[in-house]
Amino acid sequence: MQHARTENASTVQSIVERWREEEGPLLPILNGIQQELGYVPRESVPVIAEALNLSRAEVYGVVSFYHDYREKPAGRHVLKVCRAEACQSVGGDAVAERLEQLLGIRFHETSADGAVTLEPVYCLGLCACAPSAMLDGEVIGRIDDEKAVDIARRARA
Amino acid sequence: MTVKVYVPRDSGALALGAEQVAGALRTEAKTRGLDVEIVRNGSRGLYWLEPMVEVETAQGRIAYGPVAPGDIPALLDAGMLEGRTHALALGKPEELPFLVRQTRLTFARCGIVDPVSIEDYERHGGLRGLRNALEKSPAAIIEEVMESGLRGRGGAGFPTGIKWKTVHDAQGPRKYIVCNADEGDSGTFADRMIMEGDPFVLIEGMAIAGIATGATKGYIYLRSEYPHAAAVLNEAIAVARAAGVLGKSVLSSAFAFDMEVRVGAGAYVCGEETALLDSLEGKRGQVRAKPPLPAHQGLFGKPTVINNVISLASVPIILDKGGAYYRDFGMGRSRGTIPIQIAGNVKHGGLFEAAFGMTLGEIVDEIGGGTATGRPVRAVQVGGPLGAYFPRSLFDTPFDYEAFAAKDGLIGHAGIVVFDDTVDMLKQARFAMEFCAVESCGKCTPCRIGSTRGMEVLDRLKAGIAPETQIETVTDLCNTMKFGSLCALGGFTPYPVMSALTHFPEDFRPVPAREAAE
Ligand SMILES: Cc1cc2nc3c(=O)[nH]c(=O)nc-3n(C[C@H](O)[C@H](O)[C@H](O)COP(=O)(O)O)c2cc1C
Ligand code: SF4
Ligand code: FES
Repeated sequence: MQHARTENASTVQSIVERWREEEGPLLPILNGIQQELGYVPRESVPVIAEALNLSRAEVYGVVSFYHDYREKPAGRHVLKVCRAEACQSVGGDAVAERLEQLLGIRFHETSADGAVTLEPVYCLGLCACAPSAMLDGEVIGRIDDEKAVDIARRARA
Repeated sequence: MTVKVYVPRDSGALALGAEQVAGALRTEAKTRGLDVEIVRNGSRGLYWLEPMVEVETAQGRIAYGPVAPGDIPALLDAGMLEGRTHALALGKPEELPFLVRQTRLTFARCGIVDPVSIEDYERHGGLRGLRNALEKSPAAIIEEVMESGLRGRGGAGFPTGIKWKTVHDAQGPRKYIVCNADEGDSGTFADRMIMEGDPFVLIEGMAIAGIATGATKGYIYLRSEYPHAAAVLNEAIAVARAAGVLGKSVLSSAFAFDMEVRVGAGAYVCGEETALLDSLEGKRGQVRAKPPLPAHQGLFGKPTVINNVISLASVPIILDKGGAYYRDFGMGRSRGTIPIQIAGNVKHGGLFEAAFGMTLGEIVDEIGGGTATGRPVRAVQVGGPLGAYFPRSLFDTPFDYEAFAAKDGLIGHAGIVVFDDTVDMLKQARFAMEFCAVESCGKCTPCRIGSTRGMEVLDRLKAGIAPETQIETVTDLCNTMKFGSLCALGGFTPYPVMSALTHFPEDFRPVPAREAAE
């Protein structure tokens, strides 16, 4: 644990250094941390605040505003399922429910074994290939039951 | 001789297995000792045919689709590399009816070229607009854009030329061009397609905007849901820099212009221009009160042009062929072409660029071919989550900003989502409220609280509790939201809600009554 903390701290530090002299560095920093660590650890907030000369409240306010930023570690896989209208028009709600059932978790939850985090997303721009989802950055369209089963299998791995 | 085969890297094609198709082709070609060069192009936008593979032959390009990885051996056996026939053969792509009926100005190259080859871009007419712009004065460039009649394609339809002139006239040592690539509307993917399929046209458009207004720095604010677009854009920007299109001296001129991509963090409201600017500055994406206009005090308080991807990507053709050429397409005050995105439950979904003026019915029934499920079309939502639901009885509405406004709707970013007769319009109305509640930036009470109240009221309606009272309450709420919201998130959520209620009243009556009526 202690080891992981130190490792996180040095990751955060190097991302902060990469961006601190740029214009509007806060989102790139948070995006970088989230990408590297899968979440934005609480401990990173004061580090960022100090480097950018902001208050902790300001930084925390930004972290909490955006849907992408997690305050807890994500599962090994992140499955984002589109819940928006074009996907709804071709059975997206049923697909979403099926995935919840297959994974045994609800949206915004991480499975107990830490395998997968399930998140809603409002449109992936795949609206002519709906229903759609994104598994760890891999886009998947026209999800039917067979594809849902395959997605769940890979997400639980 | 090397045979060129095109397998799209467009997200839509990837979502349907294009990567696996490219892999299968690579492996099979190697096994058979075939000399094949795989080019990863964008998509032509015929998504029911993706992954669509094209082979360059002596007779021109021949398309096959939709191709599954397992089809590759049989396709090669049949002589795909010579353009021979097969059950999946589609002939020459440019002769496909879906493409023949289009007027591709902005999307002229999308799906045809290698998106990161600047040589390909120039061979297909790229950079001519920028070269012409460099021969003109900034005022003359703006005059050309004014003449074209181009209106912002992000939704509000504000004349692009006027926006540019305001920034041109604003004083200041530093100005910015910001490209709004937040494309949050459900049913839309035109921005994504152009960024993945022809990113140089956006880069060229931004450079022209910079030269016209005196801005030397551009940002593309890209939504985080588009990682593939980010990869193509970053690659293309590096290529453009190496080719001298971007940098201290644009195409060896006295003008400097450079740009970078900044990725958002999942907030629909950050598509609103002032929230976007706050987000770029590293703040919460909250909507700013106007004035000041971004053109006067935009990014970091500096004069800023903020335009949608398609607005900017339409500029090169205007500078290439002239404002009058572009203006001569279209109807009324809607000039030029609009990339219509046909999505949802539709047989032929995809990108259809056409002059303004086609009717909604033509687009949905003729071009889209009706629903994918084969059931009757009952409703279409036009313009994203803040757009109205249209019933069949309004299918004669022409695609035109003013005509849609006259029917209490909007074109928005020109996405059309088709629903069949199994749709529950009460559920859709509730979703509109829910979406507003989830995405509200929290600044105005009618938007923040009203949307949550709206969900509750519609839930009660669904449960059959005092329906007339609930309908009255939701109508009142919509009025309050419409007039008491700072931006269109709270202000336009009433469009989908009220259009559902107005055009599909039967879905808002309690179930027993509905059953009795049937
Ligand atoms: C809630 C909300 C979301 C918006 N989302 C987008 C978007 O994703 N992309 C976009 O170009 N414009 C969006 N807009 C419109 C922008 O505020 C603005 O009008 C546009 O960027 C101006 O560029 P244009 O004149 O080229 O259309 C949105 C507006 C609102 C109120
Ligand atoms: S209408 Fe909603 S999203 Fe828009 S400024 Fe007000 S609270 Fe924010
Ligand atoms: S609505 Fe689901 S991808 Fe666009």
